[in-house]
Amino acid sequence: MGSPAWCWALRAARFPVGGGRAGRALRSGPSGGFAACAAPFADSASSSSRDEALRDKRARILSRGLPKQKPIAGVKQVVVLASGKGGVGKSTTAENLMRPLKNYGITCMSMGFLIEETAPVVWRGLMVMSAVEKLLRQVDWGQLDYLVIDMPPGTGDVQLSVSQNIPIAGAVIISTPQDVALLDARKGAEMFRKVHVPVLGLVQNMSVFQCPKCKHETHIFGADGVRDLAKTLGLDILGDIPLHVNIRETCDSGQPVVISQPQSDAAKAYLKIAMEIVRRLPSPPV
Amino acid sequence: MKPSRLGKQLSALLFSAGWLGPFVFQVALLDIDICGPSIPKMMGLEGEQVHQSGSGWSPVYVEENLGVMSVGFLLSSPDDAVIWRGPKKNGLIKQFLRDVDWGEIDYLIVDTPPGTSDEHLSIVQYLSAAHIDGAVIITTPQEISLQDVRKEINFCHKVKLPIIGVVENMSGFICPKCKNESQIFPPTTGGAEKMCQNLNVSLLGKVPLDPQIGKSCDKGQSFLSEAPESPATSSYRNIIQRIQEYCDQRHFQEDSTIYEWNKNEVHV
Repeated sequence: MGSPAWCWALRAARFPVGGGRAGRALRSGPSGGFAACAAPFADSASSSSRDEALRDKRARILSRGLPKQKPIAGVKQVVVLASGKGGVGKSTTAENLMRPLKNYGITCMSMGFLIEETAPVVWRGLMVMSAVEKLLRQVDWGQLDYLVIDMPPGTGDVQLSVSQNIPIAGAVIISTPQDVALLDARKGAEMFRKVHVPVLGLVQNMSVFQCPKCKHETHIFGADGVRDLAKTLGLDILGDIPLHVNIRETCDSGQPVVISQPQSDAAKAYLKIAMEIVRRLPSPPV
Repeated sequence: MKPSRLGKQLSALLFSAGWLGPFVFQVALLDIDICGPSIPKMMGLEGEQVHQSGSGWSPVYVEENLGVMSVGFLLSSPDDAVIWRGPKKNGLIKQFLRDVDWGEIDYLIVDTPPGTSDEHLSIVQYLSAAHIDGAVIITTPQEISLQDVRKEINFCHKVKLPIIGVVENMSGFICPKCKNESQIFPPTTGGAEKMCQNLNVSLLGKVPLDPQIGKSCDKGQSFLSEAPESPATSSYRNIIQRIQEYCDQRHFQEDSTIYEWNKNEVHV
């Protein structure tokens, strides 16, 4: 007769008193008590909430070692442009988006201003993290409504440092329609999900090329791949930018197409994307 | 090596594939783009796993004489993101070099991610004792890409890595309808040719844009086999030949140097 009492003591130690099917079975009598002992861990509702509590506790302990997010003084909202893959047009898009998003003129900061043009920056991750920290915090940004950050390709040190150190209002992922670029865009989206940065949407770049002579359209890097990925991930397409010689030429000459040719189709495409981004951003903090 | 998505991985892949004939070389392709490993997809090897034996990790073989290793083979799903900081990436690169049983190979081609960071430093340091024959730098004709390539060239000089040459990718597009050539990435500052002249580096070749290249990549097929008549194919084959000639020349010089050294030893 000691066994049901032993089971009860074990059960009470594991679960709140009076809770669960097993608890009720125990209170019904010795046979019920034995039944409870036969299935002491059968209460799945309590065990899943317990697992969740344990997971939360583990996450809280792990996060003690991580940097704390601190907003940049004077900056209301931060938008990052990422891609996963390199060479898809992040920097070009960043440059052309900054114009429509501007309110008080453009301030721009880059490692490129601090070193010679041909000097390589051959740094390991820790130094890169420190440089990113300085570029974010030790620059007098003034009062900004939007800070647009042009990220390098990949899902490594820079992306982690930026996501962990400052609150990001939203991320925009740029990709070409090719499968190999989309693979990495998907990884980029996954990364932002893991670090709790909302992804505002995808931009399809280099979607189609129109021959200047015969106007024949060729999808050099594939067609609609980004649209398909957006559907799979449940994200919106913010815009579609064609391959246009003008965009490349004006970039190289330091006159982004939205300034030098604001009436062109390319400029209008960028303007539309900027408006979509602003529409999707949460209300800025007061 | 090098800047952004300018066709590095494809080039690495095609160089490996192109080496297979007519002479049968043993070629290995090592993909150290840890965050963006596209080689498995481009070679139709998605879903393949790495096997471990007593002699180490076994690379995944595309052909009998072409073995591939990539972090892509170690992921449970091709969509898994690898969000690692530098030290962890370096650890994996070391493992790739130390634990993979490459067997006897004639050429090891290493595909690096964009930039000049942990992965590049590590691979140069770890392979320094093995004497890297040289680096091939891929670029597009536009100035924004060339800016990064100049930094890459300086990086190679800094770490004493010989430069085999530069490949200009996406160099012109021929309209399939009217055959008009357009410069989609215009060489506003003279393209790779001018840059190579200024920096005294070889231009190995120019590869035009061909939509079939992207399609083959996405399907995991060899572009060289799918489109043997394309101008891009002949460009690639010429570039491969020039790289082979460079490597042969280098080995001949090294052998001569050893022989001279040995001769001196005998006299002394």
